[in-house]
Amino acid sequence: MSAGLVILAVIAIAIVGFFVGRSRALNSAGGDIRQLHSLPGYYGQAVFLFSAVPALLVTAVWLILQPMMIENRISDMILPTDIAEGSSLELIMADVRRISSGLDTAVVAGALSEPEIETLNLDNTDVRGVLAGVGVAVASDIKPNVLDASVAYRAKTAAARGYMAVVSIAIALVGFAVALSLTKPDYRARNVSEAAIKSLLVLSSFVAILTTIGIIASLIFETSNFFRMYPAKDFFFNLTWNPQFTGGSDLGIIPLLWGTLYVSFVALVFAVPIGLFVAIYLSEYASSKVRSIVKPAVEVLAGIPTIVYGLFALITVGPLLRDYFAQPLGLGQSSSSVLTAGLVMGIMLIPFVSSLSDDVINAVPQSMRDGSYGLGATQSETVKQVILPAALPGIVGAIILAASRAIGETMIVVMGAGAAAKLSLNPLEAMTTITVKIVSQLTGDTEFASPETLVAFALGLSLFVITLGLNVLALYIVRKYREQYE
Amino acid sequence: MTDVTPTTSILTVDDRTRRRNVAEKRFRTYGVIAITLAMLALVGLMTSIFSGGLPAFKQTFITLDVYLDPAKLDKDGSSDLEKIRKVSTFGYAPLIKKALEEQLAKPELAVEGLKSKDAAKMISKEGAAEMRRFVLANPDMIGETVSFKFLASGRIDGYYKGRVTMQSAERDKNVSPQQLQFADKLKDAGLLKTSFNWGFLTRADASENRPEAAGLGVAILGSVYMMVIVLFLALPIGVAASIYLEEFAPKNWFTDLVEVNISNLAAVPSIVFGILGLAIFINFAGLPQSAPIVGGLVLTLMTLPTIIIATRASLKAVPPSIRDAALGVGASKMQAVFHHVLPLAAPGILTGTIIGLAQALGETAPLLLIGMVAFVREYPSAPPEGFFDPAAALPVQVYNWTQRADPAFVERASGAIIVLLVFLLLMNTIAIILRRRFERRW
Repeated sequence: MSAGLVILAVIAIAIVGFFVGRSRALNSAGGDIRQLHSLPGYYGQAVFLFSAVPALLVTAVWLILQPMMIENRISDMILPTDIAEGSSLELIMADVRRISSGLDTAVVAGALSEPEIETLNLDNTDVRGVLAGVGVAVASDIKPNVLDASVAYRAKTAAARGYMAVVSIAIALVGFAVALSLTKPDYRARNVSEAAIKSLLVLSSFVAILTTIGIIASLIFETSNFFRMYPAKDFFFNLTWNPQFTGGSDLGIIPLLWGTLYVSFVALVFAVPIGLFVAIYLSEYASSKVRSIVKPAVEVLAGIPTIVYGLFALITVGPLLRDYFAQPLGLGQSSSSVLTAGLVMGIMLIPFVSSLSDDVINAVPQSMRDGSYGLGATQSETVKQVILPAALPGIVGAIILAASRAIGETMIVVMGAGAAAKLSLNPLEAMTTITVKIVSQLTGDTEFASPETLVAFALGLSLFVITLGLNVLALYIVRKYREQYE
Repeated sequence: MTDVTPTTSILTVDDRTRRRNVAEKRFRTYGVIAITLAMLALVGLMTSIFSGGLPAFKQTFITLDVYLDPAKLDKDGSSDLEKIRKVSTFGYAPLIKKALEEQLAKPELAVEGLKSKDAAKMISKEGAAEMRRFVLANPDMIGETVSFKFLASGRIDGYYKGRVTMQSAERDKNVSPQQLQFADKLKDAGLLKTSFNWGFLTRADASENRPEAAGLGVAILGSVYMMVIVLFLALPIGVAASIYLEEFAPKNWFTDLVEVNISNLAAVPSIVFGILGLAIFINFAGLPQSAPIVGGLVLTLMTLPTIIIATRASLKAVPPSIRDAALGVGASKMQAVFHHVLPLAAPGILTGTIIGLAQALGETAPLLLIGMVAFVREYPSAPPEGFFDPAAALPVQVYNWTQRADPAFVERASGAIIVLLVFLLLMNTIAIILRRRFERRW
């Protein structure tokens, strides 16, 4: 019986339980639901939960533990002499798993029969040929012990599956019986069902925490692996980035960090003044008609995926800057450059800065504007001397959040900034960023044992720490310096 | 003390007032300039994408009558399908060449200096493969003359889209001016036509040297699969988490921790989620690379904060009087929430979900890390098995095409962006309509 069938059987028992439980509750009250503590459906749900939840939990735990236990037993069958030079027990066990699942496929395809498998040995059967015949490729020659282990693995797995089916279904039936025996008119079935729902709600809110733990754990785990192969001092202070897949690479973060900060700085130089003035104009000057057109249009910019901006940088902005600025000025030859990526990223950040600042500016109470106008100030004087100082913490927060967004942005820099790690001041030269290198080190055929691949996790951790720090800083500034006008 | 005596009338503008008025005007102009720049950026972006991408929806086809020569396709005349299957696409290419030779022999189509070998290069390499598929599906047509609508090669197609000119053809080793002349003559004869390119939406990706055959089919399907996974995971989990936090959670450190986590996850760079997917889902849990299931899971985690924030806002907007009334007539807290509050908050939740899905649809960086960049020719099978098959995704396909050398792929990439934007527009329009239609002011 396969795991899927067991789960289906348990659920079927539980569904039957729902109807039996409901009708039993109704009968016990003599058909008068006023005698019941809960609505009849809740009694059904209680039986459903008692039948399904314990059985499914046991099945899940079983499915996780079973391969580990069996492999533990089987690995004794592999002698040290079976492990070839450069191989390991883990690789052999992977072979065992592949062969045993291959045998399953062969049985299904009719190439082998059950009794044949029991007496299978390498002298009378070309196991590799048979497996290849059903589409399972086994890399190396199969050793006798490995084959025996596979056959044993297959037999044990099948036996364990059988036990699992029996145990799970038995638990489901016990739960069913217990719940039915509890079903009496004064049984608080609704509380049971609601407690179950509530625990489901709590579990869902765990997902956010689990995600954070997953991110931090995976980053730290792989980063520590990386630092075991490559000294942390070199990673943080080496001024060159030059990965060699043959070994002996320089993996210093400084050039990447420089590129990241330079591109983000250029982006903010474009985005902050434009975004801020858009926000000021929209909230202080614009008629409601202009506002109703411009505000959604700016928001469209925010809804466009970054890959679109990346393509824009690649096919339009990059060649434009190269042909009209870089080449005539003799500053560079490449269409991907810090300025290209920064300019396009600036466009992306305009709505980010403007909508956040807009909120802050609108939160400044009208009475302060009126007071300023009453003293004879012009509108621009009011903005500069009253509104902006009052809104400053919020605006600074918005700018920091925009900076964090710029540092973590990937597609625009992948397509617009270039791939050469350089420490240079020329904005028309191609430079590269942390995110670009994460992508380039982790795409393609990756082997998780070389520092050249693992460095991506160290870069990811640095990126995570930087952006997290900026976000926390922004929150802190907004909270601490926010003027309260109530 | 000095007497302040006005030296001029307040009706005439003095220097200082003039300066202040000028400053006011200047400030206002800055605002107008900023808005103009932002709008120009939007217009520039759209113009660049649309002018570059719209040609991808048109494609040049060459219609040819090809004699399915039994001597080539079915040598012993046995009509045995197994034997016909042995003829590779290379066996079909000479038939196309022959059909073109016939056209070239016609006096009105003849082009001086054009060899039939070069003429055959005007038809996409995909043409022979298509013919083979046709023959294998209809083996009884061998020996007949069948009219095929072949894709023209990328350069010929580019000639009619302005990408290739006679001048550039002279320098290009992939296309010659004679071929272009022949193409023009074919066009005059009505054999070469440009028509709407359905293949762009339905075909799978194609290799480096046949951009004309590349399509978005697999990418669209992969994106749809991922959106389905995101919808079925993120919506229930997000709504359940929001209900707990908004309606049941006691005010304690655990609740605070969850809240801080959610607001932080919303600001974590997307590429970090890709690293998470690679480390946890692929390396640790052993899920297959480039599969929609992994992409869907990663995008689910990214979309959750959006959905939770939107759901909590709309739960908060339901007035407490509704809850009080339900509790007052004897509902339990759970019943009050599920029977009354949740249905009233549903439009807001749905709007937030659609916006979250739209964000997830355009997300690229995390998908690069979990191997969605791989070249996928085969359509994934139907769900649920299809969730584990390799597939592409719309935004990643765009990135993929920009990495290829042939400029025809850039046009395809822009075209793919248009498809992506159309999907986003549709989703956002639905969200706006839902909001307009069902939004309630209490």
